[in-house]
Amino acid sequence: MSDFTSGFWPLYISLITAVSIIGTWIFLRSHTTRKLAPGEKAELIQHTWDGDLQDFDNPLPRWWLGLFYGTMIFSVGYLILWPGMGNFEGVLGWSSRGEYEAEVKAAEAKFQPVYAGFMKQDIVTVAANPEARAIGKNLFLTYCSQCHGSDAAGATGFPNLTDGDWLYGGDPATIQATLTNGRGGVMPALGAAIGPEKTKDVANYVMSLSGRKHDATRAASGQAVFAENCAACHTPAGTGMQALGAPNLTDKIWLYGGSEATIIETITKGRNGVMPAIAQTLGTTSNKDAKLHLLTAYVYGLSQKQ
Amino acid sequence: MISHETIEKNLGLLIVLTILVVSVGGLVQIVPLFFQTSTTTPVAGLKPYTALQLSGRDIYIREGCVGCHSQMVRPFRAETERYGHYSVAGEYVYDRPFLWGSKRTGPDLQRVGGRYSDAWHMAHLNNPRDVVPESNMPAYPWLDRPLDDASIQAKMRALNTVGHGYTEQEISEAPAALAGKTELEAVIAFLQSLGIHAPKT
Repeated sequence: MSDFTSGFWPLYISLITAVSIIGTWIFLRSHTTRKLAPGEKAELIQHTWDGDLQDFDNPLPRWWLGLFYGTMIFSVGYLILWPGMGNFEGVLGWSSRGEYEAEVKAAEAKFQPVYAGFMKQDIVTVAANPEARAIGKNLFLTYCSQCHGSDAAGATGFPNLTDGDWLYGGDPATIQATLTNGRGGVMPALGAAIGPEKTKDVANYVMSLSGRKHDATRAASGQAVFAENCAACHTPAGTGMQALGAPNLTDKIWLYGGSEATIIETITKGRNGVMPAIAQTLGTTSNKDAKLHLLTAYVYGLSQKQ
Repeated sequence: MISHETIEKNLGLLIVLTILVVSVGGLVQIVPLFFQTSTTTPVAGLKPYTALQLSGRDIYIREGCVGCHSQMVRPFRAETERYGHYSVAGEYVYDRPFLWGSKRTGPDLQRVGGRYSDAWHMAHLNNPRDVVPESNMPAYPWLDRPLDDASIQAKMRALNTVGHGYTEQEISEAPAALAGKTELEAVIAFLQSLGIHAPKT
């Protein structure tokens, strides 16, 4: 089906193009001065500028004329082979979309055997394969490193993937689910509900959980506040709950920071940790599933100590 | 046939014929683009930018983001593997002016919507090195200031004259939609809208 909104436009394009080419050809023919015979002198053109300036009607150099006709012949050949004349698709049937699809198809044919081998293996086996890790690393650098860092050690608010501590779980299936569907970790803002004094108390209690330096008096009164407001997600012992992505508060790993000020900020304003569903950005080719498989294996392997 | 001499001696005729000759390329290559379905029909789901996205877009232009970031995924495998589906004309129907760009010091942004969280963009625009240590992008810490876009309604009306179709309700609610927002939030709203209606396969 034609992409043009009316049948006028293909005609309009073809007509202007054809008229231009034929017109310049005729114009050039009609204005080309005859080649001079040996010894013959060019005629003077019948005008005089500035009193005494006159010029000869010399013929154009033949090689130059040849180039001019050459461009016209080229354009005709081009318009026959490639699209250009309105709706005519060209004898070669070329399109930029077709060229792209051929490129993708060739790459798929080339990589499919490599991918097919890994697809037959489970994630744990793939994670131990150096070749798969090399591919996985490239995938990681392309799709994941912007948040988790090129060394996968994370940044403030973006988890370290190398430490073996997992918000949602580090088994292959869970990692793959995280990559496929993304995650939304919500720590609600409790500042208004708890109030500044009690927030400070509970922050000190949280610090005591991982053995940080804290105000023992405040921590003691914070314990009850914790049980009431925080234990539902972080468990009464503060060890966290992977089903909710609630972090373990008893280890020394802090996603946003473990200072008193940062913990108070976290409790007061809440946190929204978003892991995008990255699987949807893994290209549009049929190798997408294999890429997800290899990427899962790479992420899984990051925290497996050799 | 008009002789060379006649054209040379009649300035008006020379001008008319010159314009005629140089306009052929534009008449054939550019004018028909306004009458093609693929260039004039928005892709499925595409809506004109909301008031906040529109303000953010103007800040994107003001800060010169387009100087380093293109918004055009070309149909090459190397690009679609990295960014996603190649760009199609229907994605740009509401882009006035378009921000295709011509230089990539940074990555293409036409598929950046939804790829990173808002929190990532906040950290990244404030100081790119905080999240991407290797980055050479400048920091834009001043964006974290109140958004002041008094002309938002005029802009929406102006865009309506070229067919964006904002309703009176959308225009009257625009200042309220911008109230209390920062420039940073506006830019992020714009970035998060990029490419979310891209073709999926």
